[in-house]
Amino acid sequence: SELVEYFRSQMRENTDVASAVAAIRTLLEFLKRDKGETILGLRENLTKAIDKLTSVDSSVAVSSGGELFLRFISLASLEHPDLSECKKVMIVRGELFLKKISLSRDKVAKLCHTFIKDGAIILTHSYSRVVLRVLEKAAAAKKRFTVFVTESQPDSAGQHMADALRKLNVPVTVILDAAVGYVVEKVDLVIVGAEGVVESGGIINKIGTYQLAVCSKAHNKPFYAVAESFKFVRLFPLNQQDVPDKFKYKADTLKKSNNLAEEHPMIDYTPPSLITLLFTDLGVLTPSAVSDELIKLYL
Amino acid sequence: MLQNCIDKYVEEKIHLAAKAISKSAFEKISDGDVILVYGCSSLVNYILCDAYERGRKFRVIVVDSRPRLEGRETLRRLVRKGISCTYVLITAVSYMLPEVSKVFLGAHALLANGYVMSRVGASQIALVAKAYNVPVLVCCETYKFCERVQTDSFVSNELDDPDDLIVTQKGKTELQNWQDVASLRLLNLVYDVTPPDFVDLVITDLGMIPCTSVPVVLRVKNVDQ
Repeated sequence: SELVEYFRSQMRENTDVASAVAAIRTLLEFLKRDKGETILGLRENLTKAIDKLTSVDSSVAVSSGGELFLRFISLASLEHPDLSECKKVMIVRGELFLKKISLSRDKVAKLCHTFIKDGAIILTHSYSRVVLRVLEKAAAAKKRFTVFVTESQPDSAGQHMADALRKLNVPVTVILDAAVGYVVEKVDLVIVGAEGVVESGGIINKIGTYQLAVCSKAHNKPFYAVAESFKFVRLFPLNQQDVPDKFKYKADTLKKSNNLAEEHPMIDYTPPSLITLLFTDLGVLTPSAVSDELIKLYL
Repeated sequence: MLQNCIDKYVEEKIHLAAKAISKSAFEKISDGDVILVYGCSSLVNYILCDAYERGRKFRVIVVDSRPRLEGRETLRRLVRKGISCTYVLITAVSYMLPEVSKVFLGAHALLANGYVMSRVGASQIALVAKAYNVPVLVCCETYKFCERVQTDSFVSNELDDPDDLIVTQKGKTELQNWQDVASLRLLNLVYDVTPPDFVDLVITDLGMIPCTSVPVVLRVKNVDQ
């Protein structure tokens, strides 16, 4: 439908922006064009729209971003009895939310780049736009550092990251996913992005992040995760099996596959005990503080 | 007027809370699970019976300990529902744990520093479960959250009748006149505290939170009141 088309076009035009931001822009456009008669109907339509978007792009961030958007705009909606007034207020709040999250990546980068010392050797995993922004800022602050990137199969996203870093004149080496244990003794710190941050303070990220975290813990290297606050989600996985299937696999795999147990998962869960610090636009948090922030965001 | 208040509090904080907790806990119980429970907790029993009624297929291992043997009551209730159960004493727990997929514990109180105060033996179970990497879930209503802080089980506890510890076989017992032996003391503790590192998840009526977030809930509650 035209909702999905708009979302896809947003993703195509702005490749630099997170998929969740594109989803929220789509939802805002949907809100503006919606012809619902009641507030309850409006909310229902928005919820259905969020479901449709998650069926196109099954990442955790789209689902969490959508839910937070809905909560943020409905926070003020109950005061006005007139529907068009309410809708105007909701649209204004929606624009505010969108502006806030567009700036969040820069806020995270500003907090994190100071943790990169001159001469540091950094290990990162797969392609993350947030980590890229952090490294851009550190390079702009005249810091000299070298980067190891994991190849990150099955889609070789690490190569993409390495190309982007070469453009910044940062010395970068692509390593095999299997070589993580070998390399980690040489590095000073490990920085990864996150697709979702869960209630326990753990992160959901591209498959391979968990073993990276286990290796860094074994060598006592600091493991930093960077994520914007719209990625905070109300999940609490106990182990890898406990992550819902709808996030583990790509949307088209979910639709086409007969037996999900034979498909390879695209994400894994890293428990909070392995993470040193989380850098978000709400500040630098320890994993146990994430639950505090989530309670504030959702309650 | 006071009666109405009390009834409302009981209804909201205890009965409705149990329903809310059961709903969250239902998501954490999967088909084919082997769940370990300790002693007798009315909340854990409610959760398991509710999940069974809603069609989840699982089996339960009930762990029991002397002298109270509260596990027998749990066993009675679950078997009556039709849930397949195994009964062991706490001494056999490390033997059973490789089969277990989750541990559900009840709590008497949740302290402000994240420690869980529960029946004596619960921290033992949590410790062994951690060693086997089995997730430990504590189910607790928010009215049980308290502002006290305690890091070990000795600084403040309840003592039960020491004579309960005496085992009588064929009418005779070794400990017959233990009070006369000057160097002997019998200690029957009622509660113990479990550190938050051994607990993976706390299910409350406000949602699922990590053990370290107890002070946050207390703060939110105080703001409400």
